[in-house]
Amino acid sequence: MMLIIKKPVLALTLSMALGSAAALFGAAPASASSAGAALQMAHNDVGNVASLQRGARNFVNYCLGCHSAKYVRYNRLAEDLGLTEAQVMANLMFTGQRPHDTMAIAMRPQDAKHWFGTTPPDLSLIARARGVDYLYTFLKSFYLDPSRPTGVNNTAMPSTAMPHVLWELQGYQKAVYDGESDAEHSAVHKKFTGFELAQKGSLSPAEYDQFVRDTVNFLAYIGEPMQLKRESLGFKVLAFLLLFFLLAYFLKKEYWKDVK
Amino acid sequence: MNTSVDTARPSRLSALVGWIDARFPLTKSWKEHVSEYYAPKNFNFWYYFGSLALVVLVLQIVTGIFLTMNYKPSAADAFASVEYIMRDVDWGWLIRYMHSTGASAFFIIVYLHMFRGIMYGSYKTPRELVWIFGMLIYLCLMAEAFFGYLLPWGNMSYWGAQVIVSLFGAIPGIGESLVEWIRGDYYISDITLNRFFALHVVALPIALIFLVIAHILALHEVGSNNPDGVEIKKVKGADGHPVDGIPFHPYYTVKDLMGFVVFAAAFAAVVFFAPEMGGYFLEHANFEPADALRTPEHIAPVWYFTPFYAILRAVPNKLLGVILMGAAVLAFFFLPWLDRAKVKSVRYRGWLYRTFLALFAVSFLALGYLGLQPATPVYTNAARIFGAIYFAFFLLMPWYSRADQTRPVPERVTYDAHH
Repeated sequence: MMLIIKKPVLALTLSMALGSAAALFGAAPASASSAGAALQMAHNDVGNVASLQRGARNFVNYCLGCHSAKYVRYNRLAEDLGLTEAQVMANLMFTGQRPHDTMAIAMRPQDAKHWFGTTPPDLSLIARARGVDYLYTFLKSFYLDPSRPTGVNNTAMPSTAMPHVLWELQGYQKAVYDGESDAEHSAVHKKFTGFELAQKGSLSPAEYDQFVRDTVNFLAYIGEPMQLKRESLGFKVLAFLLLFFLLAYFLKKEYWKDVK
Repeated sequence: MNTSVDTARPSRLSALVGWIDARFPLTKSWKEHVSEYYAPKNFNFWYYFGSLALVVLVLQIVTGIFLTMNYKPSAADAFASVEYIMRDVDWGWLIRYMHSTGASAFFIIVYLHMFRGIMYGSYKTPRELVWIFGMLIYLCLMAEAFFGYLLPWGNMSYWGAQVIVSLFGAIPGIGESLVEWIRGDYYISDITLNRFFALHVVALPIALIFLVIAHILALHEVGSNNPDGVEIKKVKGADGHPVDGIPFHPYYTVKDLMGFVVFAAAFAAVVFFAPEMGGYFLEHANFEPADALRTPEHIAPVWYFTPFYAILRAVPNKLLGVILMGAAVLAFFFLPWLDRAKVKSVRYRGWLYRTFLALFAVSFLALGYLGLQPATPVYTNAARIFGAIYFAFFLLMPWYSRADQTRPVPERVTYDAHH
């Protein structure tokens, strides 16, 4: 019986293979930005609810002052992160919002522009626009640079207007270069080799990495809240289509019996 | 008692059909186009894409209707309304991913469908109009995709529209005023978005539907071609039907149903597991709202336009580039008259034609790849070489299709019933 199944099954197998390839595509971190140094992998997991909860805490404490997430509703957070509305109101909402409000900020865009020279972007979709690896690398790449108004610069986004908001946690790091003076052209060819902690922060480097990973994980989640449910529904749909295929295959076989 | 009375008179359903048939050609059309449309029995893998294209058209229209219920075509609200659909509308994310994946799926299917037509010479006499209507569908589809791409009002939408609309500026004399007329403004603005919305949801879908009807009517008038390029109407049985033909329904309805399920599985794999398809179906830069003051790092059209975009970029002169890009699309229209071969199908053509066809397919894919990459000197030169091969396929066709050593075509189709 199974011997007669040839091409159609092959085609279905092929499409399933394509599907898993597509899944790999989707799972592969999107590196949208080619600017700057090589990106470090975020290794975040959007399915890790504890990490998302920590990320939400980090986000409201350190980001939400200047960056809005204007498409994200607090009550949706509660639902997806396994929290009650009361927990979200007590721990994540500090300025009198209601649960169905979105994560707006009080800072006016024109003030922000005046203070920072640019308006801090809304972060609802930043993970989809820039990729998680870029965000992870960016938050770990601030270094001391006295020539900048904020005192810091960033290798992932040179001349960024953003100050090192997380300095208390990470401390301050120096960029280390392999210097090579080129007297002939009265210049120094510098090659960036890495960072060196100049001033310790309250977190160890490993703790800071985890802090950034959680925060980036949260940003990945708010970029597409439904991604937590999308894949599980996808498996059900594919299972249904597999059954449907068997039905369609044998229906076709039955009708085509008499085509000689 | 009652049962005998019931069998004696026609059922209510057939009475209703009879009533309709006296006033409208319902049964007649069903027979002509479905249950007594005789299609060759030797259709292979390549013949799934016609019915699949129709399925995707319906999918795009239905998902489009639901998107339109929640989308706001204004520069101030468009981007936010898409996110509203993605986050707050029940199943909105699914509807939107089906629509965005459907756009790419439509082009994959249509390109395979067109390649099938080229391989088996389905544009040759008497199917020239089937081919022409098909090409008009393809043109409308490109316009439909282009207008639709502006609607999310992301930064790539904005700059993609800016680049493509400005191409019309290359036309001498009227160029600049034409561009202004298309945009309705001095730059891509709220006004442009509004009119693109009108064209995307009303004008082009109507044109597409009418052209699809014309495409199918023309096809059913002359009958389907097949992988052998044999005219099945030449050999008819005692019943007056082609010996190698089988009724479309039920044979091809059940076969296409099977093909549809396989397609649906591949489609669902993308929708549920990789809706961005690594940035090729939904581009990363389009997750930032349109910004007239900041261009994306690297502007490239969506993958289905890139073969033509690569040709445009390969030409140093803008006007000439636009002309060649247009020619690359329009060249397909002339295939019925460029091809001088006596046989239709690639199965009975010689190595000369096969070489040109293979080179053309490779060039098309290579140009598609190059159009996605930044225009480095090496890539630009590669695009020139592949562009030259692309045009050689069309321009030299009158020569090589005649010079080609073809083989005799059988009287009947080749069909292996797998028994």
